[in-house]
Amino acid sequence: MTKATTASSRILSLILLAVVACSVGVDASTSATDLQGEVLVSAAASLTDAFGEIESAFEEANAGVEVILNLGASSALREQILEGAPTDVFASADTSNMDQVAEAGEVAGQAEIFVTNLLQIAVPAGNEAGVTGLDDFAHEDLLIGLCAEDVPCGEFGRQALAGAGVTPAIDTNEPDVRALLTKIEAGELDAGITYVTDVLSTEGTVDGIDIPAEDNVVAEYPIAVLAGAPNPDAAASFVEFVLSDQGQAILTGYGFHRLDD
Amino acid sequence: MGFIALTTERREAERARRPPVLLVVLGVLGLAVFAVPFIGLLSRVPWTDLPELLSSDLVTDALRLSMVTSLTATLVAVLIGVPLAWILARLEFPGRSLVRGLVTLPLVLPPVVGGAALLFALGRRGLIGEPLNQATGLLLPFSTSGVVLANTFVAMPFLVITVEGALRNLDRRYEGAASSLGAGQWTVLRRITLPMIGPSLVAGLVLTWARALGEFGATITFAGNLQGRTQTLPLAVFVALESDRDVAVALSLVMVVVSLAVLVALRERWWKAL
Repeated sequence: MTKATTASSRILSLILLAVVACSVGVDASTSATDLQGEVLVSAAASLTDAFGEIESAFEEANAGVEVILNLGASSALREQILEGAPTDVFASADTSNMDQVAEAGEVAGQAEIFVTNLLQIAVPAGNEAGVTGLDDFAHEDLLIGLCAEDVPCGEFGRQALAGAGVTPAIDTNEPDVRALLTKIEAGELDAGITYVTDVLSTEGTVDGIDIPAEDNVVAEYPIAVLAGAPNPDAAASFVEFVLSDQGQAILTGYGFHRLDD
Repeated sequence: MGFIALTTERREAERARRPPVLLVVLGVLGLAVFAVPFIGLLSRVPWTDLPELLSSDLVTDALRLSMVTSLTATLVAVLIGVPLAWILARLEFPGRSLVRGLVTLPLVLPPVVGGAALLFALGRRGLIGEPLNQATGLLLPFSTSGVVLANTFVAMPFLVITVEGALRNLDRRYEGAASSLGAGQWTVLRRITLPMIGPSLVAGLVLTWARALGEFGATITFAGNLQGRTQTLPLAVFVALESDRDVAVALSLVMVVVSLAVLVALRERWWKAL
């Protein structure tokens, strides 16, 4: 008993020591700029590459801040936020998921549209199946993938197909746009509907086939600081950076469109 | 003097009988790690809508598919996993420990890595998948057979290691006695070996089936996600979490109840073999 108590108090003091050491570490990292700490940014999977670059640029401008990107389907990110995940910024690939977060009172101020994106048919490089347009999505013998129905790219993709009067012969509903893209890239699927920006990001392993403007869907991307943001100042600064000329230039470099385009 | 000695002794005896408080506290904390999430799940169950939710197409399709694929995977594991266990337990060959490591790899590997590996090997453009597809037209990704394969890959190690352990602990004199009395190899296997490792075999089967039922990562990576064809219960939960939380919770409840019922029912009887 006494031995156990001694051992446990030893462990306890070790833990305490570790905790103290950690907090001292945080204090020591305080830099000259006012902003500091972590900013957790939950961003749509389609923003993966662009926000990766924005993260580096923002951290370069704010030495005390560390941006942590949490990437996934906007619908999945929405659920995390609504279940109380401590998130600073939410960047969604559609307005519907942002609206649901706002309706729950989780948005601080107002969400702002920061870019738009267009859909494109994505096929493996070389397009062996000879896909030419949305009509081919009805072919039973082609392997067709879409994003799951509640993921923005899945919703928009279905809207485009419905607009073109095509009932797709779907073989898989992928959990997010990057998962879909990976399977097209691997040649396991003959065609899918992703964003123009996703096709661009593969640098040649996936070919894009344009969807005519009358069937295409313009995806509007809203961004907002969240009401429960643990680091609201840095969060606001991050959003400001995304909306700035520098941020917008990074985004257009990945194929996104500015609002005034 | 004697009186004092007696009370000290008694006190020590009492102390020994009393469970160490720290150990109990930590143990209860350990239990909380398992219990709290399920309490959270139960608190969200829409009890009144449950019958309606559970009779939706999405749920019945996923339940049926999960049962079919997990049981088929278990059957496949028996057909090829038990012989593999026998080879590992009984045959001496160079690199046996390497093979043993390979067999247990899926236990520690993230299932999504397993799914990607399956895709590289057996996908349409895979090492074996491509010639196989050209020769037979067989396409495993995005098919129910693909789900079975993913389940088998992830779950079969449980059967192999359980059965292998049992075979190695088996007193081989019984088999020797049967042989010396004229029993053929197959008869010995059927009448002596298999019955003697019976409890381990069943324990391995249950673990394999339970793991297959819960398989998610390898399945969605290799076989995709389509209702009625490849969307098993875990995939349906994942998708429903983002669209219809009540359905997701109802599906989760089904999985918890089914798994818990089987594990509890079999624990007393079979798990002692583990």
